[in-house]
Amino acid sequence: MRKAVEGFDDLSPEDKERLEQSGMVLSSENRCGSFFQSDQDVRHTSCTYEGIEMLPTAEALKKYDWLKDYYWNLVDKDKDEYTRYVADHEPRGYTIIAKKGSKNIFPLQTCLFMATDDIQTVHNIIIAEEGAELHLITGCVSSHSVGHGSHYGITEFYVGKDALISTTMIHTWGEDVTVVPRSASRVEENGTFLSNYISMKPVKRVQMYPEARLTGENSVARFSSIVLAPKGSELDLGQRAILEAKGTSAELLSRVITRGGTVITRAHIIGGAEETRGHIECKGLILEDGIIHAIPEIEGRLTNTSLSHEAAVGKIARDEIEYLMARGLNEEEATATIIRGFLDVKIQGLPESLQRQIDAAIDAAEKGF
Amino acid sequence: MLNVENLHVEVGGKEVIHGVNLQIPEGETHILMGPNGSGKTTLLRSIMGFSNYTITEGRVIFRGHDVTELPLYERARYGMGMMFQRPPTISGLKLGKLLEVMSGKSPAKAFEYAETMNMSAFLERDLNANFSGGEIKRSEVLQLLVQQPDFVMLDEPESGVDLENIALIGKAIARLVDKDRHIVNRKKSGLIITHTGFIMDYLEADAGHMLCNGEIRCRGNPREILKVIQEKGYQECMECVKL
Repeated sequence: MRKAVEGFDDLSPEDKERLEQSGMVLSSENRCGSFFQSDQDVRHTSCTYEGIEMLPTAEALKKYDWLKDYYWNLVDKDKDEYTRYVADHEPRGYTIIAKKGSKNIFPLQTCLFMATDDIQTVHNIIIAEEGAELHLITGCVSSHSVGHGSHYGITEFYVGKDALISTTMIHTWGEDVTVVPRSASRVEENGTFLSNYISMKPVKRVQMYPEARLTGENSVARFSSIVLAPKGSELDLGQRAILEAKGTSAELLSRVITRGGTVITRAHIIGGAEETRGHIECKGLILEDGIIHAIPEIEGRLTNTSLSHEAAVGKIARDEIEYLMARGLNEEEATATIIRGFLDVKIQGLPESLQRQIDAAIDAAEKGF
Repeated sequence: MLNVENLHVEVGGKEVIHGVNLQIPEGETHILMGPNGSGKTTLLRSIMGFSNYTITEGRVIFRGHDVTELPLYERARYGMGMMFQRPPTISGLKLGKLLEVMSGKSPAKAFEYAETMNMSAFLERDLNANFSGGEIKRSEVLQLLVQQPDFVMLDEPESGVDLENIALIGKAIARLVDKDRHIVNRKKSGLIITHTGFIMDYLEADAGHMLCNGEIRCRGNPREILKVIQEKGYQECMECVKL
């Protein structure tokens, strides 16, 4: 049965709107479960789908002894000062276990909300067992009243044999918030990992370099990032795929717009096994003077790997704008239509409802183009 | 409908059109011919109002108003339309999305036109990306059917199109310029650049103009002008320019 998400009702109308912009459904309609953490306080955890278990990570570690093998397994707790900081604190965040063969038609939603000027930490563990299909949408939001703050998030994804995890993360932070996610995934035989990241709002700094290790034959990883950087925002975003097993493939895609902000889009594919394929596509539009620094890296380590990349950074071509103006659109309409198209990334394997959520997040930002 | 008076146009600081005069009355469709590089596309783009085409002298009068200083999109909204010979590819922008934006609250008609132009399968494709010659022309005509301009300029509508597509495109263009209506009911006008004249198999043009070196050297029956070119090439036109 559908359950109201505890804590959502306490939020101000402005903050509720920010949550909705991050893909959160306040009524939890068309969601098979919800998790809500406000600062360090886990306010709500529910999951109505019986094949999927979601619980706070602290509770999960107590409940399942075996989970310790998944905790700080893909992300090294000594990686940097942020991971050490998270490791030194009581674990927050959520753990999701999609049981063998389970499939959630409606996604789970998890909301990490910063209500005060402080440091928020989370450690999430997401496991899809053999043949499971798990769809997750995460809204990372700070209150409109938050001035300074930091969010350090650890996420470890485990995609089992023939399983699929899609994770869609929509950031709605504030202009003085620093965000440092550290996430990694491991994908087993015939598994699929889809990671989508959308950030259309101001943020002080985001620095992340999620990594997918494709350890099982014929496994697939696809990363897609859609980013708008207003003036004052600095985003250093990476995506890495390590093709360790035969027949694995990866696609790393980013669409970046700057309106005076700085974006570094790093991407790295390592082709380290037979019959592997990888492609990187970084496209950037500079609407106002800012920096887009695309760094695509492809690293082949044997003859039977095929890796490619394309990167383009620039302004919108005048002939494209005028083409649409000849159809009766004024310059602003023509520009917005081209930008909307530029950001229109259709993600294969994503449920329609999540694709709509991504589209809505971009539509909401359209007036900021 | 259109009255171009003593038009001089510069491109990149160099004059390309030297005092062109052209009148196209309501309900008439004219043909524009001329050798490569004679300024045909430049003339069309100047009338439409594209940047990089600087009108240094003369006027463009459209539906009784001087539109010489009017921005491109306002000319389009006022009833001018153009079919591009080589339109740009717009990555990510779906043809269907553009038609939706163009048609505002009534997109259903746009999708009917897409069916007519055999373009329904292309609505989810990026605009002009990897379209064949015929597909580009069908897409252009489809956009114009949605736009429904009163005056349409067509830049080589038959180039790169196979025989099957040329019939489809030719008939649609005839509809665009009201050639499917009785002569007294025709309200729309057109100006068509053609090298081959194939388009005249589908619509009877009312007049023809020959542009050489940025000047209109002769006017008359378009079929007669075409016949002269087919028989003697553009040489006679070039000789005429020297006079």
